[in-house]
Amino acid sequence: MNLDFSQIVPYIPFMLEGVWVTLQFVIIAIIFGFILGALIALIKISRYKVLKLIADFYTSIFRGTPLILQLMLIYFAIPQLTGYDISPFLSAILTFGLNSSAYVSEIIRAGIQAVDQGQKEAAEALGIPYRPMMIKIILPQALKNILPALMNEFITLTKESALVSVISYLDLMRRAQVVASDIYRNFEPLMFVGLLYYAMVMVLTLIGKYIERRMRASD
Amino acid sequence: MIKVEQLHKSFGENEVLQNINTSISYGEVVTIIGPSGSGKSTFLRCLNLLEQPTSGHVYVNNEDITNPKVNILKVREQIGMVFQHFHLFPHMSVLDNLTYAPMTVKGISKKEANQKAEELLSKVGLTEKINAFPNSLSGGQKQRVAIARALAMEPELMLFDEPTSALDPEMVKEVLEVIKDLAHSGMTLAVVTHEMGFAKEVSGRIIFMDQGKIVEESEPNSFFEKPRTKRAQTFLTKVL
Repeated sequence: MNLDFSQIVPYIPFMLEGVWVTLQFVIIAIIFGFILGALIALIKISRYKVLKLIADFYTSIFRGTPLILQLMLIYFAIPQLTGYDISPFLSAILTFGLNSSAYVSEIIRAGIQAVDQGQKEAAEALGIPYRPMMIKIILPQALKNILPALMNEFITLTKESALVSVISYLDLMRRAQVVASDIYRNFEPLMFVGLLYYAMVMVLTLIGKYIERRMRASD
Repeated sequence: MIKVEQLHKSFGENEVLQNINTSISYGEVVTIIGPSGSGKSTFLRCLNLLEQPTSGHVYVNNEDITNPKVNILKVREQIGMVFQHFHLFPHMSVLDNLTYAPMTVKGISKKEANQKAEELLSKVGLTEKINAFPNSLSGGQKQRVAIARALAMEPELMLFDEPTSALDPEMVKEVLEVIKDLAHSGMTLAVVTHEMGFAKEVSGRIIFMDQGKIVEESEPNSFFEKPRTKRAQTFLTKVL
């Protein structure tokens, strides 16, 4: 069998650096997507019909087209249209954040609607205004129910982030390809970054489980 | 303190309340009874606008709360409500359930809110549950916490929407005792209930509803001894 892991040893620091590069934009995209998704979810459960239609349309666009297409559109089309030379980093954050917000908005909307209607009535009967009611009473209960689905979305985003290699962003995946072409070996560098991706996802999973356990303290 | 004029409420084609006219004065204890689907709960929920009336007026302290310009949140501060299914906030401890609204809505200090909460919990006999979460409580305990939560806002009027209907029989009494104490303390109460003994004992007036209308309104003694309407007579022979 033609296997020699010692060949990749000099490249390990280079590839490990890719973990941080990937994490950088993944973390920002997750936060951006979550906040935007939460806002879109609030619009979806609101009474403003026009805004609701726009929010639904937005979601359908990002769910209905391939992520790689969205990424390439943002990276290549924005400079063509506006003359603004967008960086790979910014393109990655925008694409993954916007895309994720579409999925997150659906998850949060379903979560809010699954909270017992009586909770809203109880808060209203006490005279609690809409904002504190949402933030302190409805959303915490919704989040508890949707946490597994949210973690799933974050894990998907982390793995799909490997797509940014097509816009020559030097993330973990791209680094494996660089190393592969340097040493004319594919298996070893791909295997190595595969393990790194797996480790990142496992860490996310553990964080999710920890938060879930803490939220269940009231049961 | 409450006056209801020509109140109508429809859900689609279904007319749930038809021309309700009545009033509740300060310190009065009114129970609303009647068969299921008679509109009792809907009527009660119109008093704090959890249900928006289709037409008609509801006055609270001479203010027409059906007027869209009225800040309904301010009105609700004065009206406590207790639900059939408690609706305690499950992610908050009993103490937080009692202190959250007074602190958020009335802006009172945490110290003051805590003190008030402790007082109320001892009143409903649940001092030792102050740090418990709602899910660890029995139905009767939950409902007593829910009453304390509503009282923490220091309302002028309390609405009870079938407060004992979701309870096991042996827990009904502990909740009714708390409500009786409130009645004797001179608080204004409106109670929708199926507990006839309770209605007879504590209320100053009975409102009997059927098919979205007030069929009979009278003192408990005359209502239970000599109901004037045929409908009330048949109802009473079935429930007593």
